[in-house]
Amino acid sequence: MQGNTACAEGALAAGCGFFAGYPITPSTEVAEHMALKLPKRKGVFVQMEDEIASIAAVIGASWTGARAMTATSGPGFSLMMENIGYAAMTETPCVVVNIQRGGPSTGQPTLGAQGDMLQCRFGSHGDYGIIALSPSSVQEMFELTVKAFSLSEKYRVPAFLMGDEIIGHMRERLTIPDSVEVATRKKLEPGTLPFAAGEDGIPGFPAFGQGYGVHVTGLTHDERGYPAATNPRLHERLVSRLVHKVESARKEMADYIVTNPDAEQVFISYGAPSRSVLQALHDRPKEEIGHLKLRVVWPFPEFALAEFPEAKSFLVPEMNLGQMAREIERHTNVPVIPVPKLGGDVHTPAELTKALEGTR
Amino acid sequence: MSFRDWYRVDRLPTIYCVGCGNGTVINCTLHAVDTLGWKWEDTVFVSGIGCSSRAPGYIKTDSLHTTHGRALAFATGIKLAKSSLHVVVFTGDGDLAAIGGNHFIHACRRNIDMTVICMNNWIYGMTGGQGSPTTPRGAITTTTPYGSGEGVFDLSALAVAAGANHVARWTSYHVKELTRAIQTGLETPGFSLIEVLTQCPTAYGRRNKLREVADTVEYLKTHALLLQKYNRLIAEGKPVPEDMFTVGEFVRRNRPAMGVPP
Repeated sequence: MQGNTACAEGALAAGCGFFAGYPITPSTEVAEHMALKLPKRKGVFVQMEDEIASIAAVIGASWTGARAMTATSGPGFSLMMENIGYAAMTETPCVVVNIQRGGPSTGQPTLGAQGDMLQCRFGSHGDYGIIALSPSSVQEMFELTVKAFSLSEKYRVPAFLMGDEIIGHMRERLTIPDSVEVATRKKLEPGTLPFAAGEDGIPGFPAFGQGYGVHVTGLTHDERGYPAATNPRLHERLVSRLVHKVESARKEMADYIVTNPDAEQVFISYGAPSRSVLQALHDRPKEEIGHLKLRVVWPFPEFALAEFPEAKSFLVPEMNLGQMAREIERHTNVPVIPVPKLGGDVHTPAELTKALEGTR
Repeated sequence: MSFRDWYRVDRLPTIYCVGCGNGTVINCTLHAVDTLGWKWEDTVFVSGIGCSSRAPGYIKTDSLHTTHGRALAFATGIKLAKSSLHVVVFTGDGDLAAIGGNHFIHACRRNIDMTVICMNNWIYGMTGGQGSPTTPRGAITTTTPYGSGEGVFDLSALAVAAGANHVARWTSYHVKELTRAIQTGLETPGFSLIEVLTQCPTAYGRRNKLREVADTVEYLKTHALLLQKYNRLIAEGKPVPEDMFTVGEFVRRNRPAMGVPP
């Protein structure tokens, strides 16, 4: 099965009942598969007039209680930034799939990249938190889409599946389990204000049409949901909570794979380059080369770096000019060596071993 | 229930300026939903950004106050995901016709089952009086200090052309007709646009020789040309006064619509 189709299958398995999207290479197969399958399951597929409308419709659907998703690539992702901030501010669960392609601008529509890793974290204005997952196989396109729903529903934040053209258009064997587990939104307890959060920082969800009479606004709001945009302390409390509820749960959300923890040279990767790292390790079985493969990229699990106590260098192959390398660098004293690759191809294993030799 | 029971009273008074027409439009809308016997639990008010878009905050239903221009796209998601909900959108000329213009024509084209009430006051009121796509030629705004030189959108004509099932225009002076038109819109399956010309004495009137609140209302009263009368003038080959605008029901039809409850 193709990666993009596996992503759509993962969404369906996770109970996604609403998809709104706009055609864009190389993500379109996700929408096409949802258009084919959703109507047969009493779900809703709608092709909107642009990506701004797509994410807006997804957020609207989510407020009726539906699990909702959209899929796009760089240019569409840029258009979505406005309402991604709205989803973060209003704590609306939603999944956004970004099958990354070469940017900036129209760039390379048919070739892979990982250039949107900082945009997905910081792209909308203001401070907020999000969750981002990065698949490196068709199986992971399925599994991590399911996980994206689960995390988004639980923490009430937008979750991004940050794939790329290579994984999206790759064909591999996919095993679909009989059932998958997806967390559900915490319901709003009677007598509780709609935006009052407990210890975990996550308020209960008052779905539309249930008699809650809830007011939802992108303005700075109090616990009743009412606008209070000129109250400095309230704004500080609200925005701090939006960031903290994600950051404070990063251990719980962490999902990574450690190989050769005693190694001195360690690759850190996510998405397509992870496959080249695996091959490089396979090609040099006698050398102890470490590998940290991230499946959840944001919130960044800085504690995972401590899994390699002997590390003398972290090599970070990315299909960008060193976006996550910058994040890793700020959490460690071990030298971080970006191994950037632009142009659309993933690193060859030979390029990785060359980078490895360069650090010896 | 009375229309008063639909208000979120702990949010009153509104942020609207003295003399603003928006309160009249909200009242007419709540009269209409109440007359139809709608339940507030099954109704969702949606809006974008601007003075008009603050309206859902004063109504006790579930309400989604969204981003600038995008209300119709959010509302489309709500309606398609749960067609049993009544969806009503409050918007303004800037929100609907400028930044939201694309969503507007496509919502009409889809003929999605919702009622959109556009408070058209020819100006951006919330940001202090900038020109909008409906600002009349020659009008003074903070961004057209020498008089607006741009053309004007006819929102109702646009909605008719784009495929809406029901389109009507009234003003904040014509409260009875407006309430009835909103009621018709709420009852019509498919997309309904109710364009309401309304006064903004603060940002528009005082710069355009309509300084008193009553000046604009008087203007709306004396310059509204009933559609039937307009049609008669045309049929008789008589001239139509250039400074007048038509009011009435421009279309009511039954084209296939999206999001209509089964």
